[in-house]
Amino acid sequence: MRAARAAALVLALAAFAAAVAAGADALAGRVAEPVVKIDRPGSCVEPTAVMRRDHMKLLLQQRDRTLRLGIRDTRHSLKNCVDCHADASTGSVLGKDGFCESCHRYASVSIDCFECHSPERQARVAERK
Amino acid sequence: MNGSRRQVLGLGACLAAAAALAPGLRLIELAQARSPEEAASKLQRWGLLIDTAKCGECDDCVTACHEENGVKGHGRPATDSQWIRKVNLKDKRTGFAQTLPVMCQHCEEAPCIDVCPTGASMRRADGIVLVDKHICIGCRYCVMACPFGARQFVHEKTTGQKADVPRGQGTVEACTLCVHRVDRGEQPACVSACQRDGGKAMTFGDLKDPDSAIARRLKSERSTALRADLALDPGVRYQGLS
Repeated sequence: MRAARAAALVLALAAFAAAVAAGADALAGRVAEPVVKIDRPGSCVEPTAVMRRDHMKLLLQQRDRTLRLGIRDTRHSLKNCVDCHADASTGSVLGKDGFCESCHRYASVSIDCFECHSPERQARVAERK
Repeated sequence: MNGSRRQVLGLGACLAAAAALAPGLRLIELAQARSPEEAASKLQRWGLLIDTAKCGECDDCVTACHEENGVKGHGRPATDSQWIRKVNLKDKRTGFAQTLPVMCQHCEEAPCIDVCPTGASMRRADGIVLVDKHICIGCRYCVMACPFGARQFVHEKTTGQKADVPRGQGTVEACTLCVHRVDRGEQPACVSACQRDGGKAMTFGDLKDPDSAIARRLKSERSTALRADLALDPGVRYQGLS
């Protein structure tokens, strides 16, 4: 009797877990996965794990160093990010498949940099003239 | 006895190491062209000298500035940004007319910095007055405090900014003395345009370097600051103003 009850419990749990997994699959299907297109392969300025977690901190430090102290090394500069990560076809890090926007849209994090800063690769801007 | 001798020797070694390890420590500091990794230095102070006698009818400085900095108007003169403007002066009694460019005067005692509630208005070590738009809240106190009308508020959404010159709606902006060019060792766009196409009325340089052209001229020729009565010690000075 007790063994039968335990078996029923296990079955119920398994069914619940399956339902949750199915729900997660359905949710994942609804939200578009971010597009991480790297047009210029090679290593980034820091290891990928560091960039994923801390890119905003690096940019925050860089902006104050550049604006307030006048230190203009390009390693962690936003211009450097854009020059490397801008989409080959649009020349921009914004847009549906843009390197910055697609990920921020997926994570639902607003991205204020490009309210003021240019999201376009410099060579692209120069070509248009 | 032996122990105290060892202590003295150790102290001496520490002092020697400290002296050797302080790379910024020099008896005579020299102003030099900076590398990108180097911070702006208070050993320099960037300034402009504008000779109104040579300043003619053209507005090449205005065009060059707005082109360099991506300052675009919307056909609304009341609210469009002017980083530099030509001001026409006329003595009503004699009819004597003068024209001169006016931009941020990069004051040592800048009123815009005094009134800024967030610290966004700031002065770099080398005397260039800037707005940190990351923390500007668009209150426009500085716009009212500036006696030269140099500060501009961005009323409308901006697009097509230059990579070196971010501009954004809801923040205040002004002449940066083309800080991105100065950091590359170039002169501001207005000065280049004036030297190339205009009346060669503008001179740019380091006011603290006694051998620079601007410092030598300021030493040997009469010049004045705009609104000298306010004693703001601007980095921009004028010649031939009457």
